[in-house]
Amino acid sequence: MTATLAIGTRKGLFLASSDDDRRSWRLSSAHFPGTAVYAVAFDTSRPVPRLLAGIDSSHFGPTVTVSDDYGATWQEPDHAPLAFPTDTGVAVERVWQITPAGPVVWAGTQPSALWRSTDGGLTYELVRGLWDHPHRPDWGAGFGGQAIHTILPHPDDARKVLVAMSTGGVYRTSDGGETWAPANRGIKAYFLPDPWPEFGQCVHKVARDAADPDSYYAQNHHGVYRTTDGGDSWQSIAATLPADFGFTMVTHPARGGTIWSFPLVSDGRREPVDLRCRVFRSTDAGDTWQPQHQGLPDDPYYPVVLRDAMCTDNATTAGVYFGSRAGEVYASRDEGETWSTVAAHLPDVLCVRAVIS
Amino acid sequence: MPVVLVPGALRAEAGGEGRLIVGADGSLRAVLDEIGQRWPRLERRLRDETGVLRRYVNVYVDGEDCRRSGGLDTPVPAAAEIQVLPSVAGG
Repeated sequence: MTATLAIGTRKGLFLASSDDDRRSWRLSSAHFPGTAVYAVAFDTSRPVPRLLAGIDSSHFGPTVTVSDDYGATWQEPDHAPLAFPTDTGVAVERVWQITPAGPVVWAGTQPSALWRSTDGGLTYELVRGLWDHPHRPDWGAGFGGQAIHTILPHPDDARKVLVAMSTGGVYRTSDGGETWAPANRGIKAYFLPDPWPEFGQCVHKVARDAADPDSYYAQNHHGVYRTTDGGDSWQSIAATLPADFGFTMVTHPARGGTIWSFPLVSDGRREPVDLRCRVFRSTDAGDTWQPQHQGLPDDPYYPVVLRDAMCTDNATTAGVYFGSRAGEVYASRDEGETWSTVAAHLPDVLCVRAVIS
Repeated sequence: MPVVLVPGALRAEAGGEGRLIVGADGSLRAVLDEIGQRWPRLERRLRDETGVLRRYVNVYVDGEDCRRSGGLDTPVPAAAEIQVLPSVAGG
C-alpha cells in the first residue's frame, strides 16, 4: 500500500510517497519548476489513479496536464484543454479546481466558470448554463481573483452538482448543469450593505459530508456553516471555534460528521489564533470543535493555510494533510491526533491531495 | 522565409527546436497563425484563446517590440527574424 501526496505550490508540483503506512515520506523534485500549481487531483476511477494538475505559468498561461504513472511522464493535448468559446470574448486565467467524478472530470476556473470533461480530463467544455446565469455580471472578485474553487458532484445523482465561488457564493444544479440557483440562505456577507443577499457571499471552501450527501460544511469569509438540506439553508457551526475566519474545510472520507478546519484570527489578521499552529476537528458535524496540534510547531506560527491546501486521504483511518504558505507540509496518519513533517522549505503551498493505492 | 527564435523554456513545445522557419509572412498574426497550425502547444503559450498576445510574452520583429510597432499587425518581411522572449515578470 502506497500513499501519494501531491503538493501544488507557487513554483512547482511535488509528490511525496510513503510505503510504511504514512510514517515516513519521500519527496520528489519539482515537476513544472517555476510554475504555479493551483489545482491537483487524483482520478481514482481508473486502475492506476490519474494525476491531473492545473498549472499556471505567469508567462505562458494556464493549462491542465495529466499523468498515469505518478508523475514519471505527463501528457497534454495539442489543443488547449480549456478554452472559452469565441463568443464569450474572455480567456481562461487560471484553473482553480479539478474534480474527477466517475466518467466526468469537472474543472473550475478564473474567471468564474465551470467545465466538464468526458475524456479523462484532456478536453473540457464550458458549462453554459452557469456561464450564462443572469447573476454572473454581479459576481465579484476577491483578492485572489474571481473563481469557482469548489465543485461537489452528488455521489448518487449525476444531475446534481454544487459549486462555490469567490465572490458569488454557492450555486447548485439538479438538472445536469442546464439551470442553476443560488443556495446561500443563512450565509452572511458582512462586507455588503445587505449582509444577507441572495448571492454575493465570499465562500472560501465547501466540503460534503461523507455519510449524508445533503449535508455540507462551508468556511466563509468570516463564518463557518453547515447545511443538512442540500443548501436550502445554512446554520452557523462556529460557536466553539476560536475564530470564524479561514480558508479550509475538509471532511472525513467515510465517517459522517467528522470535519477539519484551520481557523485564522480574522480578515484583517490572517494568522492562526494565538499564533499557534493548530488544526481543529469536529466529530459531531461542527457542534463542538477540538484542537489538534501534537507534532506541529510549538513556536509562534504565522503562516496561512490556503483553501485547497488541506485534504484527507481515502484510508479507513483517514490521513489528514495540510501545507502552509511558508512551504511546510504536515501529515497525520491518525485523523489529526498526531502530526509529522512531510516537507519544509517548499514554495508557498497552494493545494494538496492524497491517495492510498 | 521568416525565422522564429524560441526561448529555451518553450522548446519542448516546438519539438525541441530553437529556430522555426515559417512560410507565412506579411504580418505577425499570420506567423502566429501558422505556428498554431504546426506547433499548437507553442502558440497557445504565446496567445490566449481570444488571440491576444499573453501579457508577459514579448515578441520582437527584427529587434522591434511588436507592441510598439502594430501588435499582431506588425509587418513581417520575408527575411524577418522574430524573437520570442519572456518578459521580466514573476516573484
